[in-house]
Amino acid sequence: MWIIKRDLLLAVRRQSDVLTTLFFFIIVVSLFPLSVGPEMNMLRTMAPGVVWVAALLASMLSLGRMFSNDYLDGTLEQMLLSPQSLSLLVLGKALAHWLVTGVPLVLMAPVLGIQYDLPVDALFVLTVTLLLGTPVLSLIGAIGAALTLGLRGGGVLVSLLVLPLYIPVLIFGAGAVEANMAGVGFDAHLSLIGAFLLVSLVFAPWAAASSLRVSLE
Amino acid sequence: MAINWFKYSSPASFYSLAGKMIPVFVVASVILLVAGLYVGFFVAPTDFQQGEAYRIIFIHVPAAWMSMFLYVVMAFWAGIGLAFNTRLSSMFATAIAPTGAMFTFIALWTGALWGKPMWGTWWVWDARLTSELILLFLYIGFMSLQAAIDDPRRADKAGAIIALVGVVNIPIIYFSVQWWNTLHQGASVSVNQAPSMATTMLMGMLIMVLASWMYSIAVILKRTRVIILERESHTAWVAELRKKEAVR
Amino acid sequence: MLQGMSLACVRGDRELFTDINFSLEAGGLMQVSGPNGSGKTSLLRMLCGLSNPAAGEIRWCGTAIRSLGGDYLAAMTYIGHLSGTKDDLTAIENLRISSALAGSEINATQANDALRYMGLGGRETLPVKVLSQGQRRRVALARLLVCKTALWILDEPLVALDVMAVQLIQELLEQHLKQGGMVVMTTHQEIDITAVSIMQLQLA
Repeated sequence: MWIIKRDLLLAVRRQSDVLTTLFFFIIVVSLFPLSVGPEMNMLRTMAPGVVWVAALLASMLSLGRMFSNDYLDGTLEQMLLSPQSLSLLVLGKALAHWLVTGVPLVLMAPVLGIQYDLPVDALFVLTVTLLLGTPVLSLIGAIGAALTLGLRGGGVLVSLLVLPLYIPVLIFGAGAVEANMAGVGFDAHLSLIGAFLLVSLVFAPWAAASSLRVSLE
Repeated sequence: MAINWFKYSSPASFYSLAGKMIPVFVVASVILLVAGLYVGFFVAPTDFQQGEAYRIIFIHVPAAWMSMFLYVVMAFWAGIGLAFNTRLSSMFATAIAPTGAMFTFIALWTGALWGKPMWGTWWVWDARLTSELILLFLYIGFMSLQAAIDDPRRADKAGAIIALVGVVNIPIIYFSVQWWNTLHQGASVSVNQAPSMATTMLMGMLIMVLASWMYSIAVILKRTRVIILERESHTAWVAELRKKEAVR
Repeated sequence: MLQGMSLACVRGDRELFTDINFSLEAGGLMQVSGPNGSGKTSLLRMLCGLSNPAAGEIRWCGTAIRSLGGDYLAAMTYIGHLSGTKDDLTAIENLRISSALAGSEINATQANDALRYMGLGGRETLPVKVLSQGQRRRVALARLLVCKTALWILDEPLVALDVMAVQLIQELLEQHLKQGGMVVMTTHQEIDITAVSIMQLQLA
């Protein structure tokens, strides 16, 4: 899929965009101990939730870039006029968005988990849930990004639209890590996140493609 | 007896039809509201467990039902508007949103009022309360998206997409929250009502539900009328109407 | 081949145009003209299927473009106000990507040739953001050289181009029309193109 290649190429030319998202994630996670105190036991129980919420916010903040640059320079228009399926193009763009923003978060999460004194297997579970969950964020986010294209205050609006829809992923993502730390199995959580991923892979590109058509009309 | 229902799908004829229907629903809702409140506050017996405080459910339960139901109705009409490009159904969906959000807010508010004497706290992270809160977010998202878009046609369609996405997600969200709640069984208390309810209590509640229905229909029709006038202000029939109003 | 049947366009409360009819045959050029805000761009966006007419229908070879979908898009090239080029990509990357997007992939040599023809020789590997307005326009228009579509819809293609480039584009259009292609364009400039049929569509 060359659309993924294109977006990755663009990301390479504009590395600062990728890095700001990653640093945002790191800073938000690091702020929590400063606000609630450095007590390790409490931090350990908070860690999965904190990392997940920070990942949610970081992924959401970068949504604005998914379509708006292409919208401003007219390449989005050309995508709509492509004889190829728009849903597939959107899927490609969402995957590229995930590779550029989601994957760095996944790679960074274990390091941040160590700050919170998470045990090794919890770190592992955290990384796996993020690996499965962040693509869902990119896919659902694509709908919000497409709907708010070119609107005043689109950035804030996108959070209103998208954050409630992120809740299931958040619950099961953070829940899996907690279950692991409590010594209960976390397979069910992982399969549910996997199910969310499959469902959003099927429906989100389609919904986002219709949203793009509406927004560009 | 065949009625040509499509006749009423044009904004102009809907406008006059709605104008005739509104007073009926207003009267019905006032009567039912008074009756329901009377039954609820004076006739229904005091609950032996919860005392007088339980009476808030006469407002709380209908509001909670309406809030969920109206979201589905809203998404339904928005979806119809998107699929068949019918302007009126989209306007209808837009008109439903504020009423739905209001009922969601009332449900949350009265829930808190009930929670204080029952559980000793205004808010618990109970599955139902949390879902209701998320429902409020969904309503607010829908309304702010529509408010941010200047072109009404685009606002209709964009709103329809987010409403439909929301409707697909509501069961998933509800199930997730339910599950999350059972995992975190700490301070939370089950909100389940007592299984058996006195007949008069049930009566009062049903009357209140009907009253909410009548109220919703009246307000939504009224709001649809206003939206029609706004959107169709350039058309001939609105100009005609304006002339008539001026004469009167 | 391309037919517009009683097209109407509404923006907000205002009707931009109503009852526009035309029929464009193979080898025909249609020039859409009218003052600013008369709906030229809206009409072109309708013709390429980006927006729906408030009333009426657009047909391609006798079938409504709505129902044709991808088949119509594969036969059409649209170059709008926005250049459709990415600032951070080089001219050659831009051209290759936009061609791939339009469904006809080209190799580096083809892209190079097209850019050289457009007078961009030596600048193929510069990022587009360092090029001038006119040069960016040329990058966008270079797509016309490598596409194999029958219908070209061009919104102000000559804007920001110098005399040489205008000449170049006119020749290109003439050749396309000679081969049985079709062109719908808006322009404020005088154009000098010979074709089988030239139509003027005046929007009020």
